[in-house]
Amino acid sequence: MNVHAIKAIYLFEMARTWRTLMQSIASPVLSTSLYFIVFGSAIGSRMANIEGVSYGAFIVPGLIMLSILTESISNASFGIYMPKFTGTIYELLSAPVSAMETVIGYVGAAATKSIIIGTIILLTARVFVDFTIIHPVWMIAFLVLTSVTFSLFGFIIGVWADSFQKLQVVPLMIVTPLAFLGGSFYSINMLPPFWQTIALFNPVVYLVSGFRWSFYGVSDVGVGVSLAMTFTFLLICLGIVAWIFRTGYKIKA
Amino acid sequence: MKPADYTHNRQPAGAADPIISVSGLSKTYATGFQALRSIDLIIRRGEIFALLGPNGAGKTTLISIVCGIVNPSTGTVLADGHDIVRDYRAARSAIGLVPQELSTDAFESVWATVSFSRGLFGKRPDPAYLEKILKDLSLWEKRDSKIMTLSGGMKRRVMIAKALSHEPKILFLDEPTAGVDVELRRDMWEMVRGLRESGVTIILTTHYIEEAEEMADRIGVINKGEIILVEDKAALMQKLGKKELTLHLQSPLAALPPDLASQPLRLSADGTELVYTFDAQQEETGIAELLRRLGEHRIDFKDLRTSESSLEDIFVDLVKRRA
Repeated sequence: MNVHAIKAIYLFEMARTWRTLMQSIASPVLSTSLYFIVFGSAIGSRMANIEGVSYGAFIVPGLIMLSILTESISNASFGIYMPKFTGTIYELLSAPVSAMETVIGYVGAAATKSIIIGTIILLTARVFVDFTIIHPVWMIAFLVLTSVTFSLFGFIIGVWADSFQKLQVVPLMIVTPLAFLGGSFYSINMLPPFWQTIALFNPVVYLVSGFRWSFYGVSDVGVGVSLAMTFTFLLICLGIVAWIFRTGYKIKA
Repeated sequence: MKPADYTHNRQPAGAADPIISVSGLSKTYATGFQALRSIDLIIRRGEIFALLGPNGAGKTTLISIVCGIVNPSTGTVLADGHDIVRDYRAARSAIGLVPQELSTDAFESVWATVSFSRGLFGKRPDPAYLEKILKDLSLWEKRDSKIMTLSGGMKRRVMIAKALSHEPKILFLDEPTAGVDVELRRDMWEMVRGLRESGVTIILTTHYIEEAEEMADRIGVINKGEIILVEDKAALMQKLGKKELTLHLQSPLAALPPDLASQPLRLSADGTELVYTFDAQQEETGIAELLRRLGEHRIDFKDLRTSESSLEDIFVDLVKRRA
């Protein structure tokens, strides 16, 4: 195990995070504050509680998930796309580093950044609304698991993308709609039965539901199902990454 | 840039044991392009080996395979005794690569990028060693500068510093002086010689005959994916050392004077140019004698120039001779 290499990649990626810390933090904090002002205070005050939770508090887990999904994907995809774009990937390919070490370095750093941002949003939310976390350990588990899974997914997108457009298209065209329709701002029980069934095909529903359960003990789907689905997605991503390195797809001739 | 001891694995000078053995190496890209055709090549420990060849000859593909950037189609490569595929960690740890393209990070500092490289190659941090490399490459003053603010020549030195950061036994320099000014080129040659002194084996690719002539112990010529020849520099320079002296005559000449016919001299079709072929490596080129005799015949010329056959010409020549 080339521990020095994992450390080098991880610290290199984290250095990028610290360098861009202001924009990394300012933008999620700003957008979260806006959500709370608009949905939490202005609209939320006129809305009934959902499953016994005030609307402002109800959207907290969903908002955190929304940020974590987009941040994980954009960080991890950018992290591996840039060396491909600038050509510095030659060094990674010529180094005595295994596929697993590479992934631990890049995905670990991207997930770390997501967890930091998730925590900051959680603290920001506390300024606007009152909420409790009844299963803190599970909350952290979902936070970490989702960060890692979607950082892996971002890594795959970064390898696949051969232009900045492609780098943007998946987060923008697929993940944002899935996140918005995944029950971040509502319980899917509020949907007509037909759309409830459709919603169950959306993987984000399981993430948001599980995460919300860790806060308030209420969920759209069983927490076991949420965990199982998240793990399934993690395994699919791991499988694709393994395939990428075995075949050298888009990184090695 | 000063010579320096960059390796802890000092080898006796002139040791002829192979440090890289390439056998039966072929590469066909997914596009169907065959970049390498069954290459066999031995690089000796401690030498400077220059790989010459026209664009697209396969130089970079060969280097990329040895360094692990491109997968070979068939064949094997041993680097410092380790198979580059089966035992890639040991093989790659022994190799440093400076690629042709100036590919650097933009926002990182020189110090950060060199430290990163050392870690990536599995070495524990050693600030004193990195300081020495940066000083030898005249980069120490720039250690905290962002790479994007450096000049092209400095960026290339940063890439060399990265390649040396893990104390490799083998250093690949792919077109190290392409686009580098004359003064820096001299410095770089000096540095490469210093590295060789300290026991590092150096493989460089180049377009410039002058560079190979200046640096190399042995020269390999590659064309269309095949190694055409591998020879000691001295022997090859003899072959490549042919130069031509062209004289533009004042007035056209109908034929060569009979007593000059024995010289390696030819007259252009329109009679306005005389071309004399000579060996620039020889003490006695015969130019003085030629000019004296032209004077005797009252053959005046208004201009003269010398030229050496271009590398391209020599490649074509070599390929033809093989065919």
